[in-house]
Amino acid sequence: MSTIPMAVEPEAEWRTPYRGTVGMLCLIAAESAIFIIFVVAYIYYEGRSLSGPTPRQVLELPIFNTVCLLSSSLTIHFAVAALRKDNRSRFSLWLTLTIILGTIFLVGTGQEWYHLIHDYGLTLQTNLFGTTFYSLVGLHATHVIVGLIMLGATLVLAWTGRVHEEHAERFDVLSLYWHFVDAVWVVVFTVVYLLGRG
Amino acid sequence: MADSIHLPTPLTGTLDITADASPRLLPLQVVHDWLITVDHKKIGLMYIGYALIFLVIAGFEALLMRLQLAYPHATVVPPQVYNRLFTMHGTTMVFFVGMPILFGFANYLVPLMIGARDMAFPRLNAFSFWMSAFGGFLLYFSFIGGDGLYGAGSAPDIGWFAYAPLTARAFSRGHSTDYWTLSLLISGIGSIGTALNIVTTVISMRCPGMKLSRMPLLVWLNLVMSSMVFIAISPLTAAQIMLMVDRYLGGHFFDTQAGGSAVLWMHFFWIFGHPEVYVLVLPAFAFANEIIPVFSRKAIFGYPAMVAASVGIGFISLGVWAHHMFTVGMGAFGNAFFTLSTMLVGIPTGIKIFNWLATLWGGRIRFATPMLFCVGFLFQFLIAGLTGIMLSVAPLDWQLHNSYFVVAHFHYVLVGGILFTIFAAFYYWYPKMTGRMLSERLGKWHFWIFVFGFHLTFDLMHIPGLLGMPRWIYTYEPGRGWEIWNLLVSIGAIFQSVATLIFVFNMVWSYFYGEKAGNDPWDAWTLEWSTSSPPPVYNFARLPEVHSRRPLWDMKHPYDTDGMYE
Repeated sequence: MSTIPMAVEPEAEWRTPYRGTVGMLCLIAAESAIFIIFVVAYIYYEGRSLSGPTPRQVLELPIFNTVCLLSSSLTIHFAVAALRKDNRSRFSLWLTLTIILGTIFLVGTGQEWYHLIHDYGLTLQTNLFGTTFYSLVGLHATHVIVGLIMLGATLVLAWTGRVHEEHAERFDVLSLYWHFVDAVWVVVFTVVYLLGRG
Repeated sequence: MADSIHLPTPLTGTLDITADASPRLLPLQVVHDWLITVDHKKIGLMYIGYALIFLVIAGFEALLMRLQLAYPHATVVPPQVYNRLFTMHGTTMVFFVGMPILFGFANYLVPLMIGARDMAFPRLNAFSFWMSAFGGFLLYFSFIGGDGLYGAGSAPDIGWFAYAPLTARAFSRGHSTDYWTLSLLISGIGSIGTALNIVTTVISMRCPGMKLSRMPLLVWLNLVMSSMVFIAISPLTAAQIMLMVDRYLGGHFFDTQAGGSAVLWMHFFWIFGHPEVYVLVLPAFAFANEIIPVFSRKAIFGYPAMVAASVGIGFISLGVWAHHMFTVGMGAFGNAFFTLSTMLVGIPTGIKIFNWLATLWGGRIRFATPMLFCVGFLFQFLIAGLTGIMLSVAPLDWQLHNSYFVVAHFHYVLVGGILFTIFAAFYYWYPKMTGRMLSERLGKWHFWIFVFGFHLTFDLMHIPGLLGMPRWIYTYEPGRGWEIWNLLVSIGAIFQSVATLIFVFNMVWSYFYGEKAGNDPWDAWTLEWSTSSPPPVYNFARLPEVHSRRPLWDMKHPYDTDGMYE
């Protein structure tokens, strides 16, 4: 009775998941927890500011920004696909486009902040809305900056001809991070701009 | 024919092919070697050594506190210093003793147990260690630098959970709180890095045949523990960022005068703080899971149930945090919810205790020192769990909150549960790490003196709590019936210190004069015992292939392998 089941064990096909992907998923889990706490703080303090300005008075929907950032998820996906096929010029193209879209988002955020600080006098110290708004949006923007630095480094490597098909799996890990940053923006957009203004 | 297929590859002997005559290095070369290392074993040992140093420091702080409380109206330390002592003691023990010592063992053992040559990200591993280490040094630098320009006192004195508004600029002048928050932020990043590394190692680096269902329970529990770190430590990191925003940029997160909420900090802290208890206790369970079967000469009872219970504890522990906050006034629903969810933890924990007992049952038990500590752990952890269930009842907690009963309860968990298994782990794996056995005779002295001191201190500490003695008081009036208990509790602390000194002496003495251990002194079954002691840098010359939960048993008993019964 003890003989049959083990004989056909397919030990030869031993494979484990790629460590880069697993590591990035872990990082995303940890980062998600950080963002959740900031989002909870934002929701908890909504409407509890003792003085103005309120979100309804000053916030505008950053539609263009959002479209740019979300479409950068698509372009980085095409970049990964191009690298998988070892189409390096197309890879550089999509990567450049991703960086441009991310930069547009950052510039848009900068303009919004300038507007808020300069025209409405809303700073981090003004009221609870200021504290939670700048912290949450700023935390996200920090992640965009980190992502742009890594994408930029990849682009420089690509220009100097150091990125090949065999790096597709690694670049895929980086794209995971970028998708995560975009997904966080969906949450921030919903909580801060859609629900928070209503 | 079938038998020949079952025959696992021979593991011992062939694995260690080092020419072991490395040249003698200069002291500076040795230091340099350790500073730049990315070897998981060296990093693990550095974690452990670093934690032991802080264990002695934080233990000394505890001794000073017990001296101050030994008799009424004592003036051993002034009140401000007493506040610093309990803050530093708590913070150090949780973040710079508990976490690093358990991460150290995980770092050392997980790759060896799953048949890997190193962690998944060796450089991240070194980075995480040095971040954690730097966090500890930063915390203790506050003794020198905490004053700032204000002359406002040195080390942090806000308690280990730093409730708002104690941490606000107005109430904590100088930089003591900044050192506290920065050091936790930094060591938190280190913890997340190591946890990420452990999870990835377990998932991606297993040797052929090491399916999830065959992993040693120690690896399983460290996987659960590390996954919890993401969800537990990250909220603390977020809360520390908020506190920094408040203190440095003039934010209002926890500023009640601008509408901020002090209770929100409590929630955020305990969303970290309670899972943290399980982050600490799961590796302790993991040690018991490895040691109890080996010294009972039986395979662990109910392996799948043990895994399920650990995962269950992980999930339930995320929903119990507010049982630290019953006195805040959360309302009937909140109180009922957190009472019930806390009691729920008793079920998977109970499953574990029954499984350990069932493993012992009918076994041929060897009472070597590791086993002694594990048996002590079983009894003490049971009592700690029972007082935990008592405290989860909201009305009883209203009575006992912030009393010495609570202090006794969680020290019963942390010392009686976790520290006992850590000692067991030292006696069990020290031979693997150094190649020498720890002295059994000194080990027995260590155990019995420590058990006596532990029970003298922490059994009796429940009583002044029931008599109404609050925590965090630097002295008390005579005539409340607290004197005799406090004196006995303090005497117990001295016994524990003596036992710990014996342990430290044993570690040093055995390193030079201990009996040679050989590869497998305990006749154990997991892969770390298949390589030499201490293991070579690359762990395994040939990666092992695993066919059951006890690969070394298979190798020793090729005609009666576990694989036949799985």
